[in-house]
Formats: sequence, structure tokens, C-alpha cells
Amino acid sequence: MWTLTPEEWTAVHLSLRISLVATLAALPFGIAIAWLLARKQFWGKSLLDALVHLPLVLPPVVTGYLLLISFGRRAPVGSFLYETMGIVLSFRWTGAALACAVMGFPLLVRAARVSFESVDPRLEQAAATLGANRLWTFATVTLPLALPGVIAGAVLCFAKALGEFGATITFVSNIPGETQTISAAIYTYTQVPGGEGPALRLVVIAIVIAIGALVASEWMARRAGNRAYGLE
Amino acid sequence: MMLAVDVEKRLGAVEIAARFETGARGTALFGPSGAGKSSVINMIAGLVRPDRGRIALGEEVLFDSAARIDVPAHRRNIGYVFQEGRLFPHLTVSQNLRFGRWMHGVGRDAEMEARIVEMLNLGALLPRRPGRLSGGERQRVAIGRALLMRPRLLLLDEPLASLDAGRKAEILPYLERLRDDGGLPLVYVSHQPDEVRRIATAVVRMEAGRVVAVGGLDLLGTAA
Repeated sequence: MWTLTPEEWTAVHLSLRISLVATLAALPFGIAIAWLLARKQFWGKSLLDALVHLPLVLPPVVTGYLLLISFGRRAPVGSFLYETMGIVLSFRWTGAALACAVMGFPLLVRAARVSFESVDPRLEQAAATLGANRLWTFATVTLPLALPGVIAGAVLCFAKALGEFGATITFVSNIPGETQTISAAIYTYTQVPGGEGPALRLVVIAIVIAIGALVASEWMARRAGNRAYGLE
Repeated sequence: MMLAVDVEKRLGAVEIAARFETGARGTALFGPSGAGKSSVINMIAGLVRPDRGRIALGEEVLFDSAARIDVPAHRRNIGYVFQEGRLFPHLTVSQNLRFGRWMHGVGRDAEMEARIVEMLNLGALLPRRPGRLSGGERQRVAIGRALLMRPRLLLLDEPLASLDAGRKAEILPYLERLRDDGGLPLVYVSHQPDEVRRIATAVVRMEAGRVVAVGGLDLLGTAA
């Protein structure tokens, strides 16, 4: 009962890979946009804020459909990526990673933004008087102090990616071995007779991964927090 | 080295208009709270941008609104000791002290480091983090951090204001030594005449955003 079939292993493996790639790809953009929203005033700021949050409020199917009509093989962005770099996203695991990154992005940006806002700008001024330009100030003062929140945001993004279903299945379908993640596999098994066993096994694995990610993030954030507040 | 300041800045309802020149080793910006003293040294440091005016240190113009010159804070090489220390909480004392040298990309001067650590009595603090230091210890580290970047001018914004009398008495001798060692001019912001008497030789008196008098220590006597 508790041994996984090769197909189920593939789904687990694929889910982890997609979620990890989605989180790592979202991270630099998420950090940059969170910092911009926390620290800068510029024209179109509320528009950018709304755009970032859109995947959170739109039905996931709508987000998936928007990805399909822009990143599909014949769609404007998709065909450009294919013709210039040979990158195909639609119906590939890379496309699933893109969908998951888009869906997890608002969670990452929200957590990181709050964290950047809580960094005392007077410490950044102190860094400037000591000769640090803006980039160095960010790298040596702002980012290390905001790290607990950035880590928390990354874990939320990872968890969201792991559970993503609607946008992924709309954009890249449900192809075993290519785009069938744990969530999609569970859904498939519940639709066929005799699928209860495999579905239950994958449900347990999903729970274990989610709790593991939460515990790991709590530990990392606490460590980073202790460092940031000078208690370690 | 002459420091020439002539700046105007509107900050909310307060209009700051400050003009003075000083070549003294220890210059005090003296006046009641809210007189605009901190704003003036923030403009010297490059942290606040004046609306109009000119700031020059020796031959170098740091700010000139007419000539559109505004050297950014990180290139002014002016040390700053803040009222609350502003040590980096995620770095050890020793890393805080080395921060300025890293940012300027200058090599290590072990002799200078040892001298400053000895002068400020920081040896025992080096491996610790700022979160667990006392207020007096923090200010000593902040002074050391500013000195180790080898500034050409040192600004101190009420560095003793958050300390009790005992801690003040602990820091003041270090500041006196600093002034007497020569080489590095100090600009010291305070509203405490007794502190100013010990540190400064020249006084710039400010009230309500304006410089009302420039002169010697005799200016302190008539202050409220």
C-alpha cells in the first residue's frame, strides 16, 4: 500500500523540480520589485502593485489562459522565445514552472516588501556615510536585515507552486512525466476507478513536503532573524 | 581645513538658513532642540539635500546648487557619529569597525586599527554583536567605526544625548583626546554647554533654523 509506483515517483520528483525552479526564478525579480515598492516613489507604482497581485485575485484558470495566449508556441511572446532562443514553454515542465512562479510571485513580494519596509533607513544612511554606494548598501545592510522575510516569502512561493493546479493545467495540461505534478496526479487518480490508493499516497506526500518546507523556513528565518538582531 | 557652509532648506514649517565658516579643530553647532542643527550636519554629510546654497571643505566643493554640484554621501569621506550609534546589528563589532575600510577598498592598516581599538578600549568588544552592548559601548564603537574609515572631517550629532551622566563621563575623555591628537577636525552638535566647553573651541549658535552668532566659547554663557 505504501510503496510508490514509478509514475507516482515521477509526479513527486517533477513537482519538487518545478516548485524549486519556479521559486529560484521568481526570487531575484521578487526581491527587486519588493524593494522598489518598499523604498521608492515612482509613476505607476500602484499599477505595478496591482499587476503583481493580480494572480492572487484572478481565478487561476484565467491566469493560465493568459499565459497560454501570450507564451503559447504561436503566441506573441512564446513564438519570440522559440525563434530567438529555441525555448518552448507550452506543454513543457518549464511552462509549469513559469505558471507556478507567476502564481507564487505575489506571496513572495508581499512578505519581502514588509520585510524591506521594516529595515531602518537610518542604517542605510550610516552605510552611505561610511562610503557604501547604493548597491553595496543593499547587499551588505538592507538585504541581510530583510532576509527573514525574504526567506518566508520564498517558502510561501514554493508551497504555492507545489499546490498550483488551475493555472498549470490550463497552460501546460496534465501530461504524465512532463507536466503532471502531485496535484494534477491526485486529481487524475480521483477521476479513475481504483485510484483511491495512489491518490491517498500522494496526498500524504504532499502533506509531508508542505510541513517540511514550513519547518525548514521557520528554522532558517529564526536563524537569519537572530543574526539580524545581533543575538547570535 | 576650512569648512564653509551657506545653505537654505525648507523642512515642513521650518525654514533653515545657515551660513558660517570655521577652521577650528572643534566646532560646536549649539542651540536648543529643533533649531535645525542636525539638519545642517546632515547637509554637510550629504544625507539631506539643501534647496539652495553651497558647502565646501577646503578646496573641494561638496554642494553648489548654482553649479549643480552634489557629491553623494558615500563619496564625501566625512565621518558621522549618530546620536543612536546606528551600528549594523547583523555584524560583529569588529565587522562594524571594518565596514568603512571595505567600502573604500583600502588596505588594512593594522597599526591604526590597534591604536583606535586601544584608544577607545574596544578590545573586549570585538567579537560581540551590537544587540548586547551598553549605550556607552555602542557609542565608542560608533566613534571607532567613523575614525577607521579615515575621514577628513568628523561630524558628531549629540553622541552623548542618550547616555546617563556616568556614561557621558566615560566617553568625553575619548573625544577630548581625539581633538587634541590633531589632524581631524570635529563638528559637534549639542545643546549642552558643559559638553561643548570640553570639546569645542569655536561655537556656531543656532536658533529657529538660523545661525544667530559665530564665535568662541563665550557664546555659550548667554544661551537659555
